[in-house]
Amino acid sequence: MQNILHGRLTGLLAMGAIIAVLPAFLPNNFYLDVAILAGFNAVVCVGLNLLIGYAGQISLGHAGFFGIGAYASGVLAGTYGWPPVLALLAGAVFVGLLAFVVAKPILRLKGHYLAMATLGIGIIVSIVLRTESGLTGGPDGMTVEPFRIFGVELYGERVWYWVVGALLFAVVWLSLNLIDSPMGRALRAVHGSEVAAEVVGVDTARFKVLVFVLSAVFASVAGSLFAHYAGLITPAKADFFKSIELVTMVVFGGMASTFGAVVGAVVLTLLPQLLTMFQDYQQIVLGAILMATMVFMPKGLLPTLAALIPARRRA
Amino acid sequence: MNMLTDPELAADAAPLNRRAGPALLRVEHLSREFGGVLAIGDLSFTVAAGDIHSIIGPNGAGKTTLFNLVTGVYKPSGGRVLFDGADVSGQAPYRLAARGMSRTFQNLQIFFNMTALENVMVGRHLHLDTRLLPALFRFPSLKRRDSEARDRAAELMGAVGLSKYLDADAASMPYGALKRLEIARALAAEPKLLLLDEPAAGLNATESREIDEVIKTVAADGVTIVLVEHDMKMVMGISHRITALNHGRKLAEGTPAEVAANPEVVAAYLGAAP
Ligand SMILES: Nc1ncnc2c1ncn2[C@@H]1O[C@H](COP(=O)(O)OP(=O)(O)O)[C@@H](O)[C@H]1O
Ligand SMILES: [Mg+2]
Repeated sequence: MQNILHGRLTGLLAMGAIIAVLPAFLPNNFYLDVAILAGFNAVVCVGLNLLIGYAGQISLGHAGFFGIGAYASGVLAGTYGWPPVLALLAGAVFVGLLAFVVAKPILRLKGHYLAMATLGIGIIVSIVLRTESGLTGGPDGMTVEPFRIFGVELYGERVWYWVVGALLFAVVWLSLNLIDSPMGRALRAVHGSEVAAEVVGVDTARFKVLVFVLSAVFASVAGSLFAHYAGLITPAKADFFKSIELVTMVVFGGMASTFGAVVGAVVLTLLPQLLTMFQDYQQIVLGAILMATMVFMPKGLLPTLAALIPARRRA
Repeated sequence: MNMLTDPELAADAAPLNRRAGPALLRVEHLSREFGGVLAIGDLSFTVAAGDIHSIIGPNGAGKTTLFNLVTGVYKPSGGRVLFDGADVSGQAPYRLAARGMSRTFQNLQIFFNMTALENVMVGRHLHLDTRLLPALFRFPSLKRRDSEARDRAAELMGAVGLSKYLDADAASMPYGALKRLEIARALAAEPKLLLLDEPAAGLNATESREIDEVIKTVAADGVTIVLVEHDMKMVMGISHRITALNHGRKLAEGTPAEVAANPEVVAAYLGAAP
């Protein structure tokens, strides 16, 4: 399992190849749109997986960070006329600071305080987005300006597909690099045994805060770009159910597996499109998938499949 | 009253056949209670640099609690811990690690989500570039030092007899190998002071002897060792000094011969396992 998934370059190249050839098989913009949504979800999930899968912490509020990024871009680039890149960066910096301020005191405590605190953030964000209608358009949401950079406007599914594909590729590359570094091992050590990590010099609180901030920033950047792509954002993108959906994608795809997070995001983005008859029961289906994953394949889809393939050069 | 039960006198009377180094670790009037019960009470002793200093005592005597207090895992209820000349009482474990302390655990604390080699590499944490940006973008300098760390970790695994487990998932390894993996991880930090909590517990005779050799080699390299161990043959054979605890208090201290001859120690501890 280690060998297959840790073939860093192999995996990265395979993913790059799939991203590159996929559009040839997508007959129209509807499919491209689904692929783009899957890509945005995957970007968030790769970040969230660093927190959940590798560092062993939990967040029930990542949709809130996605939402802040989306609305920062909507409001700053639209209402205030900022260049979209600046709006995106401002959103990311704000989310980073917010995540830092929340995580700093909480992560020093043990137990499930982080789950509660992130649940709280998510709820507060979605309430603010719904009620501050002067800025955010309230429950109906707001329209967002197209993304312009160097005088070029990003427009249409084709263009956005490549933007999101490149972003996902970059995020996966960064994540693989991080995991296979001293800091990445420190994060995994925090998951494995906090006390053992501490006594060899790992400032566990610091690394927990760092990975929380990093994953929140990934979500914010994805949110900003999503807002420009979709042209319309609503508070539903930031609410509790969206956060649970993201966690489910990570758990389903495979915790502590970067490609697993991508696969989880893709499969669970496609599923509702395929099973439109379940539209009304989407949250129930999601809950069932989460439970079934925990019970029947606690390692998640990709690691479970990988384990079925005989390892070639096992020691 | 037996004069050996008085630690001060015992220390003075000890027939030192080698000169003790300066104090590396000094514990002063240390105490720690759990729900009104004293696990460590008014304990004072000194570990000289370069020594193998053993702590013995029956189960529940407070040996592990002492380790937890010294390494910052628990905060003392009273008293002080001085390490390398500084008062380090109540400091976080990772800060003490940076000052040169490292330890193993009686109840294994393995990173079961990693390979054996990665476990040991985490031990190199303090010697590596642990910043975010170099990691994200895989700076060449970070890569180079990381591969050096990999070699060093493999070397240490060899030193504790774990060469065949280099790429093994820690979760797949037997108990005896994991005990040694903890030692390799602690050594990877290059500590001045290494605290070993029952490193031979649960090992067979051959494995115990191997651990014995590892400890001697490490000590010969200049690392000061505090050892908690029930294997009396090992303790008597390799210790320069021994502190005996009972009910969280010091019962006796001295050379192995002195402690072994102490009637109270014999009554409290050795008598139970002749
Ligand atoms: N975290 C804890 N909470 C409550 N009691 C504890 C804790 N740690 C140790 N103790 C108590 O302190 C005493 C000493 O335990 P310990 O240090 O583990 O002894 P030893 O390692 O010598 O066998 C025991 O009575 C034990 O129950
Ligand atoms: Mg103990």
